[in-house]
Amino acid sequence: MADRCCNEFSRSSLMRRAAAEAGAGLPAIERGMPLPAGTGLDRRTFVARSLGLALAIYGAGSLRLPAFEDGILEAASAAPPSSPVLVSVFLDGGVDTLSLLAAVGDPDYRKLRPKLALPDSNLRVGGDDRLRWHPSTAAFKTLHDEGKLALVPAIGYRDADQSHFTSRHYWEVGATSARLRTGWLGRYLDRVGSNENPLQGLSLDGELSPSLATGRVPVAALRGAGEYSFWAPGVWGEVNDKMLEALGSLGATRKSADRALATAGEVATQSDRLRRQLAPFKNGGVTSPVAYPKHESEFPERLAGLASLLGAGLPLRVVALNAYGMYDTHSDQPQQLAESLKVTSESLFAFQRDLEARGLADRVLTLVWSEFGRRAEENGSDGTDHGAAGTAMVIGSRVRGGLVGELPSLRNGLDRDGNLRATVDFRSVYCSLLEQWLGTDAAAVIPNARAYNRVGLVR
Amino acid sequence: MRAAARIPVYKGRFGPEQAERLLWRAGFGPRKGEAEALARKGLDAAVHSLTHTRKQRLVGPKPRDGEGRPLAPGDAWGHDHVWWLDRMVRTNRPLVERMTLIWHDWFATSNSGVGSQTLMLRQNRLFRRYSLDSFEHLLLAVTRDPAMLLWLNGTDNRKGSPNENYARELMELFTLGAGRGYTERDVREQARALTGFENDWKRGVGPTNFHFERERHDGGVKRVFGKRGRFDWQDACRLCLKNRTHPSFFIDKLWGYFVPTPPPAATRSALERLYVRNHHAVRPVVEAILRHPHLYSGQRMTKPPVVYTAGLLRAAGRGIDTDAWAWLNGLAGQQLFYPPNVSGWNDERWLDTATYLARWQIAGRILRPAVLDTRKDKAPLDADKLVERALAFWGNPTLTVATRRSLHNFARAALGTAKSTWKQQQYPVLTENALRHLIAASPDLQTS
Repeated sequence: MADRCCNEFSRSSLMRRAAAEAGAGLPAIERGMPLPAGTGLDRRTFVARSLGLALAIYGAGSLRLPAFEDGILEAASAAPPSSPVLVSVFLDGGVDTLSLLAAVGDPDYRKLRPKLALPDSNLRVGGDDRLRWHPSTAAFKTLHDEGKLALVPAIGYRDADQSHFTSRHYWEVGATSARLRTGWLGRYLDRVGSNENPLQGLSLDGELSPSLATGRVPVAALRGAGEYSFWAPGVWGEVNDKMLEALGSLGATRKSADRALATAGEVATQSDRLRRQLAPFKNGGVTSPVAYPKHESEFPERLAGLASLLGAGLPLRVVALNAYGMYDTHSDQPQQLAESLKVTSESLFAFQRDLEARGLADRVLTLVWSEFGRRAEENGSDGTDHGAAGTAMVIGSRVRGGLVGELPSLRNGLDRDGNLRATVDFRSVYCSLLEQWLGTDAAAVIPNARAYNRVGLVR
Repeated sequence: MRAAARIPVYKGRFGPEQAERLLWRAGFGPRKGEAEALARKGLDAAVHSLTHTRKQRLVGPKPRDGEGRPLAPGDAWGHDHVWWLDRMVRTNRPLVERMTLIWHDWFATSNSGVGSQTLMLRQNRLFRRYSLDSFEHLLLAVTRDPAMLLWLNGTDNRKGSPNENYARELMELFTLGAGRGYTERDVREQARALTGFENDWKRGVGPTNFHFERERHDGGVKRVFGKRGRFDWQDACRLCLKNRTHPSFFIDKLWGYFVPTPPPAATRSALERLYVRNHHAVRPVVEAILRHPHLYSGQRMTKPPVVYTAGLLRAAGRGIDTDAWAWLNGLAGQQLFYPPNVSGWNDERWLDTATYLARWQIAGRILRPAVLDTRKDKAPLDADKLVERALAFWGNPTLTVATRRSLHNFARAALGTAKSTWKQQQYPVLTENALRHLIAASPDLQTS
């Protein structure tokens, strides 16, 4: 288990240092306002609340609170039911390409991976005779064979940075720039989104996903709220009522010039509002038309909830969440990877079937990515160290399935550090998704967009 | 001393309010009367009393779990957390405990990867021992610390099959900062230099007998930061400390634990010189930061959850009599020995709607044994007096005008509902309970 170490970095060190500053440009104050109630919104709010979820809203500084209700209502009615949705699923830690796609047909595979090489199997990757899907990802093979999965086996950028923080930041902002402070999906929302609809960019991990960081329009994060009530020992009756009212007034310091006091005041105010709005609702479950994997992690549940939110007609445009699992496999890689990939692939499969059952499959595309791949040569502790090119996938009924680019040969496709060379730049995929799926000009979102080839991702 | 003289020193009033902030930033807040006592010493003596302490003493009743039993920090779930929290509450050397917490965050090691509370506690003793000592000694000790060797695959890193995990984080997170003064080649070469540690595995005990084994060490020539040599793990550490980017990384990071805004350029370079001249000694740097004007006149900081909890326990005069603090602090975002990852906790994001509720629950739990009972206790039917009494319960913390106003408004409104005789007897008691809770939950007490 000693390999969980450098996985899932928070944004903290990034805030403290100059070189890689993902997250530093995010709005400083988390605006944890709940999904508003309102007539005409009952069904939607009920769905959101019955998931046991609460909303935290970011970047809504200029927005007056009551505007949220109207904003969501308006956006819900204005956004055509056919508006495309892009879901971004992050495999945190750098997934090992040569295990996800076992290169059993490459003569050097076993030399580089004397202990970790996977055996040949019937899980052939259509389009490349050398490759087999990882034994835990039969679900990916099914989707790929159905033409609903576009596989980008070697994706990355030149001179790959092997720091988790820095490389992830590049992917999040859509450029190899340490200074860019908005996410690539955030900039898309800044272009097409509304000032009043925070649900247009939704993080499902409880905190803002940096890919969604906007400069202009609000976005939101959902987290489990559970029993959201403020109980105080030795206080009851009318005094308790007055105390709960006072809870919100403690937020008066939000007007302070001191940033920490202002933040604490803002959070007190939001907590009070959330308490009020969740009070009338009891938690209930989501009914999914298909079965999701039963697993202790929240990943399958979040995807089931997402399908339900989409089914209820909530005005989502881009959604971000982390996949289940630990992909920073410096040691004990076989076990770690098998479980992580199994839960992730089966959950994504269930999500796709759920969308199909709900008649939503033509509206939703899912991009699966990781900050880098791992070293071609194994490291001697049943693991692999940080590498360069990694693997991405785009899943959905409207996807042009197949292979995008190719996995380079393990003999002459490695760079001087022994890492896989990228055959597709990640910005090629971003630009193609923006233009082919989201219907927007990539040049307005991705710096120097013209420099990147477009690849066919959408049918 | 010339350079030291160029580091600005706070010249304003050093009263109880300033002493209160110093005790929160450099420790876990004042016990009742401590801020006033510290203020009487004046700034210099106050800081000196924090940085130069006598032998450690733990003051107050010994910690117990919820059942009145002694703690089992090496074994029972959550007891590691409350064992340390107890030291934060009872210590006579708050800065030493606070520095221990800082090193835990700096060299963030999680028991989720180590799997041994005993080894985590061993690492904790190391952080405490070197709390204000030399960063070089600390770094060398951490590099061969068993918990760290497990956490970042140090004992997986062998001659001929290097594992780069520790080498990378040594530079990226512990000494230099991402992309500052090293290359990917340096990561690989440092990994070679760091080879040679190993441990045994014993059934029933787990990993044991951590040691350096010359045969597993790659004794070849390495090239690190442009220098060539047959470097070993100690060289790997010292090369980082000698790297030109280390002093600025160290000063910025350490400063950030005490002051939320970055140091002015002149202060930063003076602190760097102070640090280098004193051979990486931590104490003089901390002393200079604790005397700096920005600590007293600058922005406030959000208290980390364990600091908030330990501080409220100190103020309320309560010791550790339950292990509930482990899960309650977990809800608030900080379970000790389980930082979220190797870069530590995110100090920018302590507060949101979920963690704020957890802090409310922590305050309520702290208040519970002292809750006033309408059958036994009496309180005046006077809003102003109730506010003063509730503030005195917490040792009269400094409050903003806005928060005071909210408290007074609440007390008046609550007493205003007392329309019958029995309510006029009982509601003041309830109101005082509520006031204590609201004070603890106020933005003023979430920050310092």
